[in-house]
Amino acid sequence: MSEITGMPVDRVDARLKVTGAATYSAEYYPKNLTYGVLVTSTIPKGRIKNINSSQAERLKGVVGIMTYKNSPTLHFPQSSDPGGGKFGEKDLLPLQNDRIFYDGQIVAVVMADTFEVAEHAASLVKMEYEVDQPVFDLEKNISQSYKPASSLGGGAAQESRGDADANFQNAAAKLNETYTTPVYHHNAMEPHATVAEWTGDKLMVYDATQSVAGSKNLLSSMLGVPAEKVKLISLYIGGGFGSKGFSWPNTVLAAMAAKVVNRPVKLVLRRQQMFTTAGRRSQTIQKISLGADNTGKLNAIKHDTTSESSFVDEFVETAGVATSMLYSSPNVEVSHSLVRLNKGTPCPMRAPGEAPGTYALEVAMDELAIQLKMDPIQLRLVNYADMEEQKKKQFSSKNLKECYQRGADAIGWSERKAEPGTNRDGNYMVGYGMATATYPANRSASSAKATIYADGNAEILCATQDIGTGTYTIMTQAAADAFGLPIEKVTVKLGDSDYPKGANSGGSQVTASVGPAIRAAALGAVNKLTKMAIADVNSPLHGRKEEEIMAGNGRIYLKDNPDKGEDYIRLLSRNNMQKVEALAKTNVSTRQQQESNPAAAGSADAKAEEESKTNAAVQEDEKTDRKPYAFHSFGAQFVKVLVDPQLGTVKVDRAVAVMDIGKVMNLKTAKNQIMGGMVFGIGMALMEETAYDPNNGRVVTRDLAQYLVPVNADIPKFEVQFIDKPDTIISPIGARGIGEIGITGITAAINNAIYNATGKRVRDLPVTPDKLI
Amino acid sequence: MEPFKFTRANDQHSAISSMGGNGVKVIAGGTNLIDLMKLDIEKPSQLVDINNLKLQTIETLPNGGMRIGALVKNSDLAYHPDVITKYLVLSEALLSGASPQLRNMATVGGNLLQRTRCPYFYNEGFPCNKKNPGSGCSAIDGYNRNNAILGTSAQCIATHPSDMCVAMAALGAVIHVQGIKGTRAIPFNEFHLLPGNTPHRENTLRQDELIIAVELPPISYAGRSHYLKVRDRSSYEFALASAAVALNFDNGRIKEARVAFGGIGTKPWRAILAEKVLTGAIASEQTYRTAAEAALSEAKSYKHNAFKIELAKRTLVRALTTVGGMS
Ligand SMILES: Cc1cc2nc3c(=O)[nH]c(=O)nc-3n(C[C@H](O)[C@H](O)[C@H](O)COP(=O)(O)OP(=O)(O)OC[C@H]3O[C@@H](n4cnc5c(N)ncnc54)[C@H](O)[C@@H]3O)c2cc1C
Ligand code: SF4
Repeated sequence: MSEITGMPVDRVDARLKVTGAATYSAEYYPKNLTYGVLVTSTIPKGRIKNINSSQAERLKGVVGIMTYKNSPTLHFPQSSDPGGGKFGEKDLLPLQNDRIFYDGQIVAVVMADTFEVAEHAASLVKMEYEVDQPVFDLEKNISQSYKPASSLGGGAAQESRGDADANFQNAAAKLNETYTTPVYHHNAMEPHATVAEWTGDKLMVYDATQSVAGSKNLLSSMLGVPAEKVKLISLYIGGGFGSKGFSWPNTVLAAMAAKVVNRPVKLVLRRQQMFTTAGRRSQTIQKISLGADNTGKLNAIKHDTTSESSFVDEFVETAGVATSMLYSSPNVEVSHSLVRLNKGTPCPMRAPGEAPGTYALEVAMDELAIQLKMDPIQLRLVNYADMEEQKKKQFSSKNLKECYQRGADAIGWSERKAEPGTNRDGNYMVGYGMATATYPANRSASSAKATIYADGNAEILCATQDIGTGTYTIMTQAAADAFGLPIEKVTVKLGDSDYPKGANSGGSQVTASVGPAIRAAALGAVNKLTKMAIADVNSPLHGRKEEEIMAGNGRIYLKDNPDKGEDYIRLLSRNNMQKVEALAKTNVSTRQQQESNPAAAGSADAKAEEESKTNAAVQEDEKTDRKPYAFHSFGAQFVKVLVDPQLGTVKVDRAVAVMDIGKVMNLKTAKNQIMGGMVFGIGMALMEETAYDPNNGRVVTRDLAQYLVPVNADIPKFEVQFIDKPDTIISPIGARGIGEIGITGITAAINNAIYNATGKRVRDLPVTPDKLI
Repeated sequence: MEPFKFTRANDQHSAISSMGGNGVKVIAGGTNLIDLMKLDIEKPSQLVDINNLKLQTIETLPNGGMRIGALVKNSDLAYHPDVITKYLVLSEALLSGASPQLRNMATVGGNLLQRTRCPYFYNEGFPCNKKNPGSGCSAIDGYNRNNAILGTSAQCIATHPSDMCVAMAALGAVIHVQGIKGTRAIPFNEFHLLPGNTPHRENTLRQDELIIAVELPPISYAGRSHYLKVRDRSSYEFALASAAVALNFDNGRIKEARVAFGGIGTKPWRAILAEKVLTGAIASEQTYRTAAEAALSEAKSYKHNAFKIELAKRTLVRALTTVGGMS
């Protein structure tokens, strides 16, 4: 049987989604449901002086109003890792006191029998504030910046080797520029939504989250309820892009509100609220210095980033994170500073760090190439990193040169005119640009359960989640291959905290983490069948050795003589078995921060751990020595743009991405992920920006009519190619993550193409018409 | 959103008689009104659905002009064959606005009355004279990249966001309305108001008046016309600057011209000064630029929208050049 993994299989949940049958978190209607609507602060800093809710309380249908005065007491969260659960505001438990730290902070929840009454009542809750002077402007407060010790989960925030300063001073060619990116918001289609219901001391929650296990853990620790009493379901998620990676106050508030009114509560954020209380990508100010000799060899790279944090937590937008490894250079200095502002806490957004970071670094590389009169690809080849020089490790697999080559061929790089502003086509100037894409390949501990039923069907259970990326589909493919079953016979169930714990959807790690666990569990179940057959005197495989036997097409049979064997159905029914089950847990982690955090918890995982000691696939996988390796995906982005220099408009005419992401699990969903990232990059380059009021720092643009994301008319024909060489070191399935790398590099490629078209270099994103006329 | 009463009118008379009361609003496509109600910016006590009224027809008049019912959908108007041949600029303006779904709902009457997109207007807790008269204007010293540069006052600098209205302003359309006391025909230029000291008053329609139709006068050369809209993304976005132009050529000279701007004025902005420059002049890039300079001579920009002055000029020059090149 040929492998199903890798084939461009249609999404297994496509029909459910297009017919509306897939149930999202806001679509549950427990009996006696009430609707919660938030009241949020309209000041960025201060104190609540007075709450007048009498008018709201009098409305027919209002069943409760929760403010800091009557809300249940919360506990500080135990975990600070997205896998174990990361609350977005660790120092500010919601509705616990009268202090306001940012615009849009939740100050009350109104519960009513209908959504309409709750909305109306919320508008009648009158808050009086004592207003303090807020700090909200990153640039103006740069003197208040500090250097954080580490980034999310313990990553390095400051890195260096050699002496970048001295070598920059002495360099023959120098590039020293500042690049800025504005605040971006994720704007997933589905708003954050929670339905919470208590039955006695048990809590049932439907929540839109990128971390089923993490959200559950947070609810347990913040509410002070034992973990086994909390169940969280998240079957379908309408995108997250990082905004649902941390847990925000709305989730725990829904559970608190349900307690207060003693009825189930549904709480859905408004689009406007998603701009204030559910994270964002921080504004960045990035200073880059590149020093090179006359051949373009980099002898100094400096990348200094200042970004925003809040007064209620700390988050570092690690824009320099890729800079220490992307190019070869003996002297590198990467630093990050933070300024605390009266805004909500920023959080990861698709390729946090790398997205703004590769924009700045890859534009700087383009500028240096132009200064040196070199082809931008050549400059990158001259500085090609054969190993990870900062950590002094081998790359597990790196085929970036091939990406450059294939990308250049596909876009027609030879058509590019080295002299900017010389390629005209009617009213348009034509430009070509390229940049390197990169994102780390992460893997963390995951477990799964596999069951083969006597009717010949099989099932996988794993408490990870599909946030819209295609996880259900590719995991069904991987499981089908391991089970030796056709894809129609396999059901993958995710998004339920009762299942064995899988990875959170962050850091593009689900495929590489959960895939091996699911594979190992399925192989474990097949192995149990094999053992059963060997022991069974009535089996044609009786007395054979395990190594002689293989599985496929719903049968186990002799490798040398495939006719000799039997199918799962017959074997199980003859042995009077309804099913065989196997648990597996793989503890492999590529990230030091996850190694330090025992991700798995709960009895199911302990059992999985135990069972895995005899699971050959787990043992084999864990045996691989990964210490000498660094795990990264790479790619090359190429674009052709048409710029109308009179009107300042930019049209991305073509975009090519060639990606080296290990094994492609499903060509269709893989292309879809890269294209999605490229669309994000077009938005980032040309239009996206959240505007804040210059006088009080409150968000001004708060909906999809004011915050522009690309529309179909902005999207060119994409051409996505893959190197498709399995990374055998990261895992037996050979796949690295793919969800985030698509946005890296593309923004710089567009910027570089605009320069090539017009001779104008815009270093502050987005490149809107006003900056080009 | 506040609770409201909902009724449906089946004829003009019953619609108008219910409209006199305080807080009564009619609803057509609802694409603007519902959004504003959800944000508590509009708080009608009663909504009168007028979609059953017989105001959906597009007629060609004996004089060569056209009469468009107030309930004609934006998309139906844009794709009407006579509109495309006789008033191309109007078709292009409509199609540059919003999205297909919205245009399928939006009506002519609703489009005339759509409210500004000044972000502060939509944001609770910010002073805004248009929303709460006398509270102040957050945009003047605030984030004003998308605000107006023509027709502003110290009280309000919000743009009128419509594209359709810009074409209608250029064409000199007439708005027919009917109230309890009878009908009126309002010249386009007298329909929308400058903000002055009363930015909450946006037009000269009275509380009891219903828009019945828009009449387009016959303009022999308006088939040779164009609407150009410059914006931050390729579609589904309001104008940074837009220009509606129609030119009547006679042997390389411009005999007559119609020019209006969108995205830069506090109302749909007929550029009489530009028309004066163009009329009688030789068609050339130089003439177009002079016209653009004249049109923007009184522009006043704010902290973030100074670029609109030059952008509007270039938009006009490009639009005129395009029409100049049409056969
Ligand atoms: C996301 C978005 C993007 C948009 N982009 C654009 C754009 O690019 N360009 C553009 O021009 N427009 C744009 N629009 C606005 C759109 O054109 C208007 O919402 C639409 O034209 C309003 O028409 P309607 O029939 O839905 O009006 P409604 O919402 O029904 O009514 C609007 C107002 O008009 C009143 N009214 C309606 N009909 C009558 C009548 N016959 N007599 C008296 N009063 C009446 C109502 O009482 C209400 O006050 C956009 C809208 C949205 C939501
Ligand atoms: S410009 Fe007009 S609409 Fe905008 S804030 Fe000022 S008064 Fe309000």
